[in-house]
Amino acid sequence: MTVASVGAVTTTLVLVGAFLALMMNLNHIATNLEKDVEIKVLVELTADEQQIEAIGDEIRKIPEVASVNFSSKEEELDSLISSMGDEGDIWQLYEQDNPLNHAYVVKTEDPTDTMKIAPQIGRIDNVNDVVYGQEAVQNLFRFNDYARNIGLVLIIGLVFTAIFLISNTIKITILARKKEIGIMKLVGATNGFIRWPFFVEGLLLGVFGSILPIAVIVSGYYFLEQNVALKQFSFVELLPFNPFVWQLSLIILAIGAGIGVWGSLMSIRKFLKV
Amino acid sequence: MIEMQGVYKTYSNGVTALNGIDVMIEQGDFAYIVGPSGAGKSTFIKLMFREEQPTKGSIIINNKDITNMKWKQVPYLRRDIGVVYQDFKLLPKLSVYENIAFALEVIEESPKNIRRRVMQVLDLVGLKNKARFIPDELSGGEQQRVAIARAIVNHPKLLIADEPTGNLDPDTSWDIMQILEEINDGGTTIIMATHSKDIVNTIKKRVIAIESGLIVRDEHRGEYGYEA
Repeated sequence: MTVASVGAVTTTLVLVGAFLALMMNLNHIATNLEKDVEIKVLVELTADEQQIEAIGDEIRKIPEVASVNFSSKEEELDSLISSMGDEGDIWQLYEQDNPLNHAYVVKTEDPTDTMKIAPQIGRIDNVNDVVYGQEAVQNLFRFNDYARNIGLVLIIGLVFTAIFLISNTIKITILARKKEIGIMKLVGATNGFIRWPFFVEGLLLGVFGSILPIAVIVSGYYFLEQNVALKQFSFVELLPFNPFVWQLSLIILAIGAGIGVWGSLMSIRKFLKV
Repeated sequence: MIEMQGVYKTYSNGVTALNGIDVMIEQGDFAYIVGPSGAGKSTFIKLMFREEQPTKGSIIINNKDITNMKWKQVPYLRRDIGVVYQDFKLLPKLSVYENIAFALEVIEESPKNIRRRVMQVLDLVGLKNKARFIPDELSGGEQQRVAIARAIVNHPKLLIADEPTGNLDPDTSWDIMQILEEINDGGTTIIMATHSKDIVNTIKKRVIAIESGLIVRDEHRGEYGYEA
């Protein structure tokens, strides 16, 4: 019977652990991507130096803005050429007569403010256009929100399923001890006195149940992190093995203990009301 | 000691077990509860140690009004009441000694007091030499004596016995009655539900007869009053 309960905890915690690892990494990647969100402010070709300065000052006045960097049209062209790789050579023709605009690169404190302040910057005098990949940014934020909420719901669902499974398996153990509990109540035992051994049993059950999941998560994550294939994608940057895996193990242990104790106490609740 | 006023009990399935009980039992009394099966005897007894709650009316036990007693206080009420059942309710895996000690461990008595007190009650019920036996190795009468020992081990003021001789042969029943009388002589109130005409008519005590949820007779040194 105890094997069944430990098995239920183990299965759940492996799932919860894998999910947590996935969620926390998704969140990490998403946060990194969000950090990369920036607004490019294109300056009118006709603007003179003073007017360019004035634009920079105006942007700095906006409270949500974290940093403003000026990038001259020459720098813009350089970065365009280098981003094109081998094909960039063609663009070198334009070095004589650069058609690009001077630009300001603006970052906000909170990436989600991007959409709010971009139009505001667009209204400043001598600003030709603001570019921030509106669609992409909106989709990114929406995806991140969905992913976080769905992950949270799934984890909560898994935990409740585990509690249900455990309280059912323990209930069978307790049916065998029902008589004992009845006699304890008869001779005047308090509920706390009766609950105590079940509390300990649940705790042990949860702790034993989290050993295997922790081992699986630690080794699995180690393997994943060492796997070179993933490093090909520069934007996928996993949370570092240390301390992330240890924090995750602690969380799994805590959830395991919590599930065990709760499941155990839930299952005797009925028998205490005599 | 025990005082019930206008007590009604209707179970959640609609069955009415008690229909207005008024009774007063003094400290040190010995009362038989008699009546046909299903008349409400068991419910009457269960109300005294809060295994059931009345639908209406008030109950006072040991000078405490238990009608609206909180769940948390119920264990403390039960520590002053010993209960003995027809089926003994002993834990089969524990020895005689452990079964009795259990009642004291539950109330967190010190180990030294437990040993002293358990040996005392085993002596009283005459089972000192069988302390290490498990219930299955004992006769029915011996098992009931263990149950009685457990019920009185923490000096309850009230001992409730629900057909304590129901599963025993006549000779053994007399032994059990003798022990109960001894306990009663020590000042413990005894309430005993029984179907035994012989016992009630031989060992004369107060008789309370319950029929259809009502007390129909309450006599000092009464008769059983039904065909056996």
